[in-house]
Amino acid sequence: MAAKGATSSGGAKDGTSDSSSSSKKNSKKPKYSRFTQQELPACKPILTPGWVITTFIVVGIIFIPIGFASLFASEWVVEIVDRYDEDCVPHNYTYNKLAYIQNSETNKTCMKRLIVPKQMKSPVYIYYQLDNFYQNHRRYVKSRSDKQLRSRASERDTSSCKPEAVRGNNYPIVPCGLIAWSLFNDTYGFSVKNKALEVSKKNIAWKSDREHKFGSDVYPKNFQSGGLIGGAKLNASIPLSEQEDLIVWMRTAALPTFRKLYGKIETDLEANDEITVVIQNNYNIYSFGGKKSLVLSTTSWIGGKNDFLGVAYLTVGGLCLFLAISFIFLYVIMPRPLGDPSYLSWNRGQVNIWSKTVRHSFVLMKEIIFGKKAGNHMLAS
Amino acid sequence: MASERPLLIPSPRIPNSRDIYTAPVLLDLAKPNSGRPGSFSEMESKNPFESSSNVEPNFNSSSQRSVFSIQSKSDGNSIREVSFGALGSKPVRYGSRGADSEPLSMSQKEISDEDARLIYINDPAKTNERYEFAGNSIRTAKYSIITFLPRNLFEQFHRVAYIYFLVIAVLNQLPQLAVFGRGVSILPLAFVLLVTAVKDAYEDYRRHRSDRIENNMLASVLVNDQFQPKKWKDLQVGEIIRIQANETLPCDMVLLSTSDPTGVAYVQTINLDGESNLKTRYAKQETLLKMPDEGKVSGLIKCEKPNRNIYGFHANMEIDGKKLSLGPSNIVLRGCQLKNTNWAIGVIVYAGRDTKAMLNNSGAPSKRSRLETHMNSEIIILSMFLVALCVVVSVCALIWLLNHREELDYLPYYRKQDFSKPGGKDYNYYGWGMETLFAFLMSVIVFQIMIPISLYISMELVRVGQAYFMIRDTQMYDEASHSRFQCRALNINEDLGQVKYVFSDKTGTLTENKMEFQCASIWGEDYSGGNSKLEQVGYSIQVEGKVLRPKMKVKTDPELLQISKCGNDTKEGKHVGDFFLALAACNTIVPLVVDTSDPTVKIIDYQGESPDEQALVYAAATYGFMLIERTSGHIVIDIQGEKQRFDVLGLHEFDSDRKRMSVILGCPDKTVRVFVKGADSTMFSVVDKSLNTSIIRATEAHLQTYSSLGLRTLVVGMRELCASEFEQWHSSFEDASTALIGRAALLRKVASSVENNLCILGASGIEDKLQQGVPEAIESLRTSGIKVWVLTGDKQETAISIGYSSKLLTSKMTQIIINSSSKESCRRSLEDAIVMSKKLVTIAGVAGDVGGSSEAGSTPVALIIDGTSLVYVLDSELEEQLFQLASRCSVVLCCRVAPFQKAGIVDLVKNRTSDMTLAIGDGANDVSMIQMADVGVGISGQEGRQAVMASDFAMGQFRFVVPLILVHGHWNYQRMGYMILYNFYRNAVMVLVLFWYVLFTSFTLTTAINEWSSMLYSIVYTSVPTIVVGILDKDLSRRTLLQYPQLYGAGHRQECYNAKLFWLTMLDTLWQSVAVFFIPLFAYWHSSIDISSLGDLWILGVVILVNVNLAMDVIRWTWITHAAIWGSIIATFICVVIIDALPSLIGYWAIFDVASSVTFWLCLLAIVIAGLIPRFVAKYLYQYYKPSDIQIAREAEKFGNLREFGVVQIEMNPILDPPRR
Repeated sequence: MAAKGATSSGGAKDGTSDSSSSSKKNSKKPKYSRFTQQELPACKPILTPGWVITTFIVVGIIFIPIGFASLFASEWVVEIVDRYDEDCVPHNYTYNKLAYIQNSETNKTCMKRLIVPKQMKSPVYIYYQLDNFYQNHRRYVKSRSDKQLRSRASERDTSSCKPEAVRGNNYPIVPCGLIAWSLFNDTYGFSVKNKALEVSKKNIAWKSDREHKFGSDVYPKNFQSGGLIGGAKLNASIPLSEQEDLIVWMRTAALPTFRKLYGKIETDLEANDEITVVIQNNYNIYSFGGKKSLVLSTTSWIGGKNDFLGVAYLTVGGLCLFLAISFIFLYVIMPRPLGDPSYLSWNRGQVNIWSKTVRHSFVLMKEIIFGKKAGNHMLAS
Repeated sequence: MASERPLLIPSPRIPNSRDIYTAPVLLDLAKPNSGRPGSFSEMESKNPFESSSNVEPNFNSSSQRSVFSIQSKSDGNSIREVSFGALGSKPVRYGSRGADSEPLSMSQKEISDEDARLIYINDPAKTNERYEFAGNSIRTAKYSIITFLPRNLFEQFHRVAYIYFLVIAVLNQLPQLAVFGRGVSILPLAFVLLVTAVKDAYEDYRRHRSDRIENNMLASVLVNDQFQPKKWKDLQVGEIIRIQANETLPCDMVLLSTSDPTGVAYVQTINLDGESNLKTRYAKQETLLKMPDEGKVSGLIKCEKPNRNIYGFHANMEIDGKKLSLGPSNIVLRGCQLKNTNWAIGVIVYAGRDTKAMLNNSGAPSKRSRLETHMNSEIIILSMFLVALCVVVSVCALIWLLNHREELDYLPYYRKQDFSKPGGKDYNYYGWGMETLFAFLMSVIVFQIMIPISLYISMELVRVGQAYFMIRDTQMYDEASHSRFQCRALNINEDLGQVKYVFSDKTGTLTENKMEFQCASIWGEDYSGGNSKLEQVGYSIQVEGKVLRPKMKVKTDPELLQISKCGNDTKEGKHVGDFFLALAACNTIVPLVVDTSDPTVKIIDYQGESPDEQALVYAAATYGFMLIERTSGHIVIDIQGEKQRFDVLGLHEFDSDRKRMSVILGCPDKTVRVFVKGADSTMFSVVDKSLNTSIIRATEAHLQTYSSLGLRTLVVGMRELCASEFEQWHSSFEDASTALIGRAALLRKVASSVENNLCILGASGIEDKLQQGVPEAIESLRTSGIKVWVLTGDKQETAISIGYSSKLLTSKMTQIIINSSSKESCRRSLEDAIVMSKKLVTIAGVAGDVGGSSEAGSTPVALIIDGTSLVYVLDSELEEQLFQLASRCSVVLCCRVAPFQKAGIVDLVKNRTSDMTLAIGDGANDVSMIQMADVGVGISGQEGRQAVMASDFAMGQFRFVVPLILVHGHWNYQRMGYMILYNFYRNAVMVLVLFWYVLFTSFTLTTAINEWSSMLYSIVYTSVPTIVVGILDKDLSRRTLLQYPQLYGAGHRQECYNAKLFWLTMLDTLWQSVAVFFIPLFAYWHSSIDISSLGDLWILGVVILVNVNLAMDVIRWTWITHAAIWGSIIATFICVVIIDALPSLIGYWAIFDVASSVTFWLCLLAIVIAGLIPRFVAKYLYQYYKPSDIQIAREAEKFGNLREFGVVQIEMNPILDPPRR
């Protein structure tokens, strides 16, 4: 378009093209096609009461069962949450938890007893839950080097890892960055009736992470050797792809309260069993007012224990049914004939459409009450 | 006098024409001619104020252009040979009289040296010595390969939006602020720049190609006294070139000589101004003889600097020590074609980019659409909202920092202190003040799409799409002229949907501007053929064994035909003969004899610049007075089969002060006669009233009848000159036409000395037929609530009668007529009229708005005002009153308006209301109005392309304005309005989702959504459907819209885009963002979900929600819409999958992990349903219980109540359009 406009007054230019355009003169007429005339076959849906009410009923009918199913699934999940950060500090350190946790001399072992409320079918997942720990903090999230994790060749690719990038002058830390540095290092041992429960720590990380994201030839180097120890140390002889705790930890959590998979118990736990947990309380969350909890949970098709989806579905479904019923009611008392020209603004004159509709509905209600012609106004469409 | 007249008259009032003549002189100037409208674009009275102020030649206003256009019509025939064969004198020529019809100030001004360019004829070297004039190579292309990148970028960054983009991208490059990766942050800007650059490059390539073709054409140039071929691009100013017949001019040249012995050259200017008729150009007598044989010619031309005015040229030439003046009739412009002339030789005065054709080669002025202006206020709201969000984030970040300032050193996820180096310096921490600032800037980067930059690009694309469909619309194609609809301005498509005032020209716009001779009054006898038995007669004569007949057939009156055949035998026959002789002779028509396929038949084609003159000459030919030859010195008229030669002794051009033209003929019987033809208003003042009073009175009566029939009238008079009178005239004429200073005024004086004491011959009535479909179109426009103003130069009676025939006026209307001759009476008339119109409105029982925005009432009012009154009204405090009055009227008819007044009227309305104005016209006199109005529409008609060049939209016929406005305008407006709101919503949802997440990241602007996804969001994930819907969606079918023009009111009421809708949309946005964000948040609360998985869920949720929302609002689902919407959702999934399949990103494999759980899908479903419920409910309730007209019409369309619909509609008063409450 613009090009045409620009050249058209260029005088002779048009003169040269004149001969060709005159021969095409008849073809200058735009060709008719349904596309160019904007007349492609089309479906023109209109929100009729019938459609709207049906939609709401259908949504309600779908949502309410889903809601119930989710609620039941969530109910079925057995979950034990035990916060231990307070309890695992000896009484004499209650007012100086930081000193306790930072002191390498103190005894960090702590015993807790948990009662299984209901039978827990295996596998029982063991999570640790941290509160008020911003794994999604911008400084934290960025402080990692995915290249370095993946291959040994990019070992020195630590520019994004500051301030936990290199040790000394030129020795790169593998894995570098704040995330790896702050690796969670509490450990749990479980026993029921003095019989130790085996905790499986295999396959707790994603398979894709183990196989592609963390290299099997990358070994920890210079890790946690600096002045400030952030958390767990890693066995330098095991490649990163097998350090599953690290892999789990490095999948940064979305929210400041999060759980991470610690391991799995492959045996069923019976109701009222008393589980003894031996906790090595090493991880310092006391410096910033975090919380630590141990979570044992079974799983269902909906995941862990969470009533939210069920409640949400029931609410939405219920609302839809309620709306459907109110619209039916509205329709019965105040129907409007579709496409009625007398409602057009220029036909309506100054009469307010509401007063018209209301008047109309009064007449209708009278008819309904007195039973005259009431049948005509049943829900149509 | 006006105040004493009754104001309200039920029928058209015919004023006493005498009243008008007694008006003061000043008025007379401003009063347009009525009688001889054709020769100029219908009215062109020169504004006294204008000509006095018009000193600056480059005063580049539209009013100036209109003045120039006046001359355009006259310069073509500005020179006439005065050859009095009987005297045996050698031919004398007077050139370039056309130049003198320019404003006095122009012609009197000597060109000073510094303002002039000096051209030494045939000496290009010397010419270009001092100043290097532009060569003839032209470049319409903007860029070269080297300059493309910088220039294109420079031009693109003229847009504020891009600067915003750029600033954001640059901010993001700072390491402290790097929210996104470097590559990612440039992506949107790069994308937009690339798309535009590719488009520009393609357009430029096409221009390069055509430039190259043009530059390499060959012209024949005088080099060393021989004509040699030379490429166009090598031509230089000062060179002499020779053009052959049918060749195109390579540059602007002053004619030196032509193949015609008298130095005439005919040119066709179709490429320049679109006028297809031949124009005559003249070589100067002095140069004429020198050229053909001896190439040696030298001289100096002093001419004005290059300018855009294609109808003006002012120069003088010194040759052989003589100083000659050159005018527009001596120059031939680039792009013209030489016709009917074997060759022409000229000297190049302007070349290349200095040529008038190139200087005029600029696009239409860019306008900004109303919707976009409104949109900008909402954009400001959005930016304030953006700033507010950023402030919230930064303040929260500050509070968080201060709360944790003790812990920051050791906080595992902050670690302010750097232990890797001794000393433990702070790492990447600049104090809480800077950190807050960074937080603010980073949040601007993260929330950048709150300002929907992509909207600007989408809008451009959508407009291109809409223009495509408008151009391709078969219903706007004019079969007669083979012209398509043209979209010249690409940014005001949607304004077409809100037009409230239509200002229309009459001649050529409402009418065809194809004049047809209808009737004549000769010596007080009316020959109008009783209107019934008129038949078309193909008159023909035998010449040298060949049949010669006029190209056009004319309806004839048998009685008149009979009389004219009798010849001079009867007294009646003599009068009729004189009358037709006057018609055949007193004009500037050039007859062209054209061969036909039948060798014995030839056709005479009358070429002329005035359709009126053509009609008159064809009529004369049909009655046996066939003009068959015109040279510069004589004309040959075949009178009833007998060839007679008349010498043209002198010719006085039409000018708008005299409003008449005259020709002095030496007749075969050795008498000298002057024939005058002109507007009745000026003709009666020069008629000898002592003679034939009864004839004058009868003629006046006939004129009134004619004009009330809507005919254009001309009065013809004649006088014989005695020898002494002629001599006296001849010498003064010669003096005047050689005068260098004030030539025009002198000539005018000479003309008036001879144009007096005329004997009236009669009057003619010419019909200008209404264009096809005009009445229907006007009725549709009125019904749709648009106020139609017709601005015409015609007489009041003509205008009113055209008004009736075009259904502008109906018998139901009350007419208010204002003709005032003084400011006081004008004020009184206006005041009375306002009272009156108020009364009418109250009688109708409807309380009209004080602001006068509604004309609700059962009696529509029509205002008829004339140009004289407008002189007092415009630019005075009366404007306000006129506006008040006019806004109560559904129709306004302004007659006898001058071009500059047209623009003034448009301006009056535009300044006082926010309503959209549309001006439509076809001629140069409409240019000012077209440019003034919000939307300018040009009709590519008989009067050239000026109007089209100035317009935003151009089309072939007036009636296309109905589909243009009512159908396409409505669609475009609805689409664009929806698209803007949708884009606001779409981006705001995304921003809010990002914002909610920021609240959970200790205000550090981490984005859960992958940076690629958030950049692709507005480019790929959601852009295509909105563009497709913006181009293709239709709320109503064309048929419905045309059938019920009232539906157009939606645009007037701003139903598709207004502040209320904006705020409702924003509320909805808020809710939807809450649904998108919090459903997954709570569903995954206390779970082990990672940041990327949740981010994927959020982005998919947003994209699906936003697209389904669009789907819910789509009115018309075609396969394209389906493909776009569902395709976008699928494309989003694919993109997310691809992004998550890159192991280098932290979200590796997240989508596969999260999508394998049921919760993910349940969340998506819940987001869509919960997000859309409020909108759905509101939409249903609104549509069902408070339906808009459009909604009802849509239902009617679907459920087939249209017939019933129609019946009711007809019963109702179609003009009512009460404001909706």
